Parts: sequence; C-alpha cells; structure tokens
Amino acid sequence: MYTQGLDQQGDSLKSVDEATRLAAFQKRIDAEDKIEPRDWMPEAYRKTLIRQISQHAHSEIVGMLPEGNWITRAPSLRRKAILLAKVQDEAGHGLYLYSACETLGISRDELIDQLLTGKAKYSSIFNYPTLTWADIGAIGWLVDGAAIMNQIPLCRCSYGPYARAMVRVCKEESFHQRQGFEIMLALSRGNDEQKRMAQDALNRWWWPSLMMFGPSDKDSKHSAQSMAWKIKRFTNDELRQKFVDVTVPQAHFLGLEIPDADCQWNDDTGHWDFGEIDWTEFKEVLAGNGPCNRERLQARQDAHDNGAWVREAARAYAEKQARRNAA
Amino acid sequence: MSKQQWPLFEIFVRAKSGLSHRHVGSLHAADEVMALDHARDLYTRRGEGVSIWVVRSSAITASDPFDADSLFDPAEDKIYRHPTFYEVPDGVENL
Repeated sequence: MYTQGLDQQGDSLKSVDEATRLAAFQKRIDAEDKIEPRDWMPEAYRKTLIRQISQHAHSEIVGMLPEGNWITRAPSLRRKAILLAKVQDEAGHGLYLYSACETLGISRDELIDQLLTGKAKYSSIFNYPTLTWADIGAIGWLVDGAAIMNQIPLCRCSYGPYARAMVRVCKEESFHQRQGFEIMLALSRGNDEQKRMAQDALNRWWWPSLMMFGPSDKDSKHSAQSMAWKIKRFTNDELRQKFVDVTVPQAHFLGLEIPDADCQWNDDTGHWDFGEIDWTEFKEVLAGNGPCNRERLQARQDAHDNGAWVREAARAYAEKQARRNAA
Repeated sequence: MSKQQWPLFEIFVRAKSGLSHRHVGSLHAADEVMALDHARDLYTRRGEGVSIWVVRSSAITASDPFDADSLFDPAEDKIYRHPTFYEVPDGVENL
C-alpha cells in the first residue's frame, strides 16, 4: 500500500493555495507530528527524502563488500560467525531502507538502476579497501561508530517510515561497533606486529571516517532546509565533533595514536580539536575516483546480472502456481 | 535487465503468544511462500517473533488521509462514550 502514495495528489487540492498547504505542512513538522506516506508533502521534501534514504540504503548494500572480503579469512570461528551476522544485518538495513524509500513513490527497480548507473551516491567510505584483518576492527569501531552518530537523530526524523526503519537499524547496529572495538582491543593487547596492524588501520580509516559526516556546514547545500523539515536534527559539523569527542579517548585507551598532529584537547571549548579535512580527497572519491569505486560498482552490477535468472525463474514459477491454483 | 520487480508484501509479526500481529515493514517476493521465507530472514533475526503474516500490499484498502477529519473527528465530541463523563457521587462504590 505504501508505494501508492503518489496518487493522492489529485485535483482535490488544486484549489487550495500552495502557500497555505506549505504552511500547514511546516506547522505539522514544527509540532513534531510525523509525516506518513499518503499525507500531502512538498515535492522537494519528497525528493530530498528519496535522495537521502536511497543513498543510505545503497551505502548499507555496498558496505557489505569491504567486510565480505574478510568473512572467509576471519581468524577464528567466533569472529567469522560474528562478521557473517554483521554483514547479514547490513543487508537487512539496506532492505528496510529501500522499503522506506519506496513509500515515497519510487520503485525498487528505479532505485537499483540509480545505483548501478552511478546516478545515486553511496557513502564514500566504502570505496576504501580492507587490506588487513585490523581493517574489519577499524570499520566496526570507526565507520559504524560514525554511522550510529548520524543515525540516532534520524530515529526522530519527521518522515514516519524512515524514522521507524532507523529505530530498527540503530537497535541492531549497537553490536557492530562493539565487535569492531573488540577486534581492535585484541590487536592492541597483542604482539608488536598486531599493534602495528591496529595503528595502520586507524591511520587509514580515521580521515575517511570523519568525511562520512559530509561536507562542512559552510559548504553543505542541503543542510538548512533539511533541518527545517526535521529530516536532519544536527549539522554535519556538530555530528563530526561529537564523533571526535567520543572516539579520541577510545583510541587512547587502545594505546593508539590519532593520525592528526592537530588533535588535542581544548580546555576553552571543552572539545577535541582536529585538523583540516582533505576535502579534495573527499570530492575525488565522491566523483568516482576513490581506490575501489569501480570495483564496488562492478561487484554490484555482477551480482545484479548473475541474479537475473533467479528473479525471472522465481517469478515464472509463481505465475505458474497462480495459474494452476486458479484452474 | 529484468524490469519486472517482484510484488510487494506487508509483513506482520507476532512478538509472542498473547500479543496481536503487528506491522513491521514490507518486502518484495515472487509469491507468498517466498515472502514468508524472506520475512523470517529480514524481520526475525533476533527472535523478534513467533508467528508471521504476509499480505500482498495490493490487497490492502486504506482510508484516505484527506478523509481523516470527516472519519475521525465525529468521535471527539462524544465524550459520553467514556466512563469519566458520568457523575459518581461520593459514597457510591463498585460502580
């Protein structure tokens, strides 16, 4: 029923003044009322949500690839079972989010198409390679940590289906970060080589993790409107600072060094200072020139193509059964 | 590329005996049997349920949000439908 949301915007409302409708909509948002799929919403609100939720869904799906790389090489059966469960969760999160996105009137096929043609973006972090087992620790600890920071406020997003999906995602995500930290902990308590592995992973994942919060507020073109619509609750820079503040002490606990000479406690602000992010790198990776962009998209494309006969066969079988039952 | 996506199903899960099934989300599947399989994988990975219903989304008829006022407002002024509307004098018990 959700995907039929679009047919509600018929002639019945043409007579009502657009401004009045917008004002009424904003009033609902300001009153913390949730917007549901069949409610009237401004076209730009719908588009913004489709863009954001689909990016989010694509990120969950593409995010399975760097971690999937280590499932067969996890160092113990325990680690392997955990990693398998985690990657399975990411698939689940992608599916919750695709469903939430479809309630806005876009089809799953269109969404997949947008990913495969490169029209839709996904989180730039997944275009970095996972070179060692320590990277799996760093991803859980840093990447999932950053994702949780981003996602918890989304549980209160003004769009009902997105908020509900995020509640589910956040509940499941909390083990992801802990299992990552546990991997880092084991390495940091290990021999010199293991410690070096942990530090090397932090060195490579730290900056890309900070980039996950998106462009700086002064360059973020979507922020102000998304805040007014309560799609976003905090700005990119606010969330990034929160992440740095909770993560730096954790790194110190592990005996690791943040790869940033400017990273130090600031008594005046009560926050950890950090250096300038390399926005050129961020833009390059977003533009498709990161270390693994082509590989990731190719893997998705191959999975889609190789699964085509399964989708078709299942559909043909269902149709045959339906015909038999009708006869 | 196949442009024919599988139909959409709405998923309802009973968390435990004694509770009603509750809508948890939706998914695509070729038919009802597959929808059940997928719902089990997607919505009960952590023991969230003891029973699943799947319903084709196209089989659901929903009220129109634009009719909400005319449908639901009339209930608001019928406060005599609630027990607190009635006077119960002090000294009267078990009422």
